[in-house]
Amino acid sequence: MTDIILKEDALLDCTGLLCPLPIAKTTKAIKELESGQVLKVIATDAGSPPDIAAWSRQTGNTLLSSAEEGGKFVFFLRKA
Amino acid sequence: MAKSNPNAPKRLALIASKGTLDWAYPPFILATAAASMGWETGIFFTFYGLTLLKPDLTASVSPLGNPAMPMKMPFGPESFQNISWSIPNLLTSNVPGFESMATSLMKQTFKNKGVASLEELRDLALELDVRLIGCQMTMDVFGFKKEEFIPQAEIGGAATFLEYAADADVQLFV
Repeated sequence: MTDIILKEDALLDCTGLLCPLPIAKTTKAIKELESGQVLKVIATDAGSPPDIAAWSRQTGNTLLSSAEEGGKFVFFLRKA
Repeated sequence: MAKSNPNAPKRLALIASKGTLDWAYPPFILATAAASMGWETGIFFTFYGLTLLKPDLTASVSPLGNPAMPMKMPFGPESFQNISWSIPNLLTSNVPGFESMATSLMKQTFKNKGVASLEELRDLALELDVRLIGCQMTMDVFGFKKEEFIPQAEIGGAATFLEYAADADVQLFV
């Protein structure tokens, strides 16, 4: 299996923020991007993996990957 | 009930009926989350919830009527902060100053944990085009005037809310 390296166009750090700030800030950050561009979101809120996934389903922006790295959650989202 | 326009975005209709700090959070959290997901969102403020439309939010915690409310301390080592202090109602309702102490403890705990303040959430809601509707009937009963509220507040009655809620996918009373 080949690992796909995702490269972001913008980075949003939501470290230390709780619900609903990670998805609210993600909404703002994705507005700044062009369609097809990728936003990387870092969060520490334990509710963010299901919330970012739900946000992606509801908004139509694609969740490319959701992972945990060193106690933080890292998401890659492609703007619809 | 079928939506009048099947192509309309999802909609959340909330009623905020309580004005204490703890009860003020859920409607603002849900509203900003829904609006972040692209949903049309409206909050109808009625009874004590109406105070949440005032420019200065002075919502406090009322331990009275929250008999199971545990208190957490926002300072000291983590093991100390994690203790749930069960405070007897006899104390919470009778000790002068308890309410303001409980309020400042909750505000500090929320801040430490990374929860937005009510002011921040309300500003966020406005930024995300959440409709904030004050209940005319309660305003008349309690003697509130529209000028006492933030300028973005709309005014309406039960029919206004029901018409909005009839086309909503989610309706909640808080």
